[in-house]
Amino acid sequence: MTGIVTAPQPPSDVNKRSLPGSVLVHALLIGGSLLMLYPLLWMVSASVRPENEIFTSTSIFPSSIDFSSYLRGWVGLDVSFGRFFWNSLVISVLTVVGNVTACSLAAFAFARLRFAGRNFWFAIMLGTLMIPYHVTLIPQYVLFLNLGWVNTILPLVVPKFLASDAFFIFLMVQFFRGIPRELDEAAMMDGCSAWRIYWKIMLPLSLPVLATAAIFSFIWTWDDFFGPLIYLNDMNTYTIQLGLRTFVDSTSASDWGGLFAMSTLSLVPVFFFFLFFQRLLIEGIATTGMKR
Amino acid sequence: MNNAMRTMSAEAATVERYRGAVADSRFKRLWNANAPGYLFLLPWLLGFFGLTLGPALMSLYLSFTDFDMLRSPGWVGAANYVRIATADPKFASAMSVTLTYVMLAVPFKLAFALMVALALNRGIQGLPIYRAIFYLPSLLGASVAIAVLWRQLFAGDGLVNAALAQFGIQGPSWISHPNYSIYTLVALSVWQFGSPMIIFLAGLRQIPQDMYEAASLDGASKFRQFYKITLPLLTPVIFFNAVVQTIDAFKAFTPAFIISGGTGGPINSTLFYTLYLYQEAFGNFRMGYASALAWILVIIIAIFTAFSFLSSRYWVHYDD
Repeated sequence: MTGIVTAPQPPSDVNKRSLPGSVLVHALLIGGSLLMLYPLLWMVSASVRPENEIFTSTSIFPSSIDFSSYLRGWVGLDVSFGRFFWNSLVISVLTVVGNVTACSLAAFAFARLRFAGRNFWFAIMLGTLMIPYHVTLIPQYVLFLNLGWVNTILPLVVPKFLASDAFFIFLMVQFFRGIPRELDEAAMMDGCSAWRIYWKIMLPLSLPVLATAAIFSFIWTWDDFFGPLIYLNDMNTYTIQLGLRTFVDSTSASDWGGLFAMSTLSLVPVFFFFLFFQRLLIEGIATTGMKR
Repeated sequence: MNNAMRTMSAEAATVERYRGAVADSRFKRLWNANAPGYLFLLPWLLGFFGLTLGPALMSLYLSFTDFDMLRSPGWVGAANYVRIATADPKFASAMSVTLTYVMLAVPFKLAFALMVALALNRGIQGLPIYRAIFYLPSLLGASVAIAVLWRQLFAGDGLVNAALAQFGIQGPSWISHPNYSIYTLVALSVWQFGSPMIIFLAGLRQIPQDMYEAASLDGASKFRQFYKITLPLLTPVIFFNAVVQTIDAFKAFTPAFIISGGTGGPINSTLFYTLYLYQEAFGNFRMGYASALAWILVIIIAIFTAFSFLSSRYWVHYDD
């Protein structure tokens, strides 16, 4: 295979392979895919399996399909899973709004406005990206406790309106810088205020990055376990992650069907975001190195 | 004479008025030039002082106290740090568990990510589907449901052992055996190699195709091409992934918490550093001690990062 280049290859065809080679790679990839998906598929199938079959079969195909686990699980503990879902939804949506608003304001200032100290504050902002949350955790907790905010959603939501997820600021600054300066300079000449430039020019042109930030905000908040664990102690305020964990602790070895049904349900929003916004998510990671 | 004087005083007055106007307009200019910037920055500035800088300084102070949330903090000097360094077996255990986890999970994760990225980078049919499948666990992985699922997969009568039994192997109870429990958590982390994989894929795209053509004209084997072209040109991406994944692994919390039921057991074998910190702060209300633990973590992460950047000089190739 080596050494013979007969014709210029189209750039997308990286390393053309022989037929057996390509079959082998596909076989390996399909095998790998099944291995990756198997645990997830097994969980979904366990949620619709008759209870006595859950641990006796390694197959992902149930012998019969039975949705009663969902009904049983949904009732939950003293509080139903409907409540947990609602709480998670409220927190996640408010987080999205807070992150997109506050981070885009700050990013606009850093990327487009000239003011004394801009570079200084920008460097500080980058520095905050490196600080692990553990350092601020305890004083923040004491602060929110003294404000009477524990057992409310405020400690989880208010910081987002103060642009505490600096990562998104950085992401937006990068994007804003790519938008031609002539646009806002012309608008400035015409007497446009900074606010109008931000609102009428920058935001409409930045929908891709705003959407990326919104989607990741939603998914990370939906999945977050640590924040709710610390701030929410009353079961009525629990998020889906806390509810699920409590369900695990209290029903261990009794209602596996219900547990897997609720686990599956808890993944559904993330899964659908993934399905619909796959390209945005993957581009976001590829270009910025976002993770989790 | 009189006339001249009048002219002079009139001039002085004009100058005075002019100066005032200059000062006035200078202030106005300063205001006009800077106010919009600071207004836009206001939410972030409030957050920075109120939620980051203030709490960070407070936490540094608390780390030298015996704060327990009930009484006001009492200064104990370096006692917390001394105890961490000399008289806290749980700290030593948590640190060793965390280091083991970092040292195992990160290399395996990166190796899988790179292998799959290389396989996918061959202009293969169905790339978007494969990429999506391999990425999915990374996206779902942070949630409690996955940790619960993992706990079940690796239980004594779980799926992994059922699968092993078909080969006649009697597996141990992975999650409740102190010798094995950490490896189930490593496996969970490695399973989520999707995001470094995507970054590797993006990096592989950047390598100019004509380098391979030139190399294969010169008769270089595939292996040699990988070793001499792909790997060196990919080192910046490998470096980036390694740093991000390492920092992230130090902060791991949810899986260990769920799988061990919050205890870090059996016998502290899954007592991750952050889990220990959580137990001290919110279980035992030793807030001062936990603050010291938090600062130690920061220092360790900083040392790791600094070391990575220093060592990168010797193995990361930036083309310039």
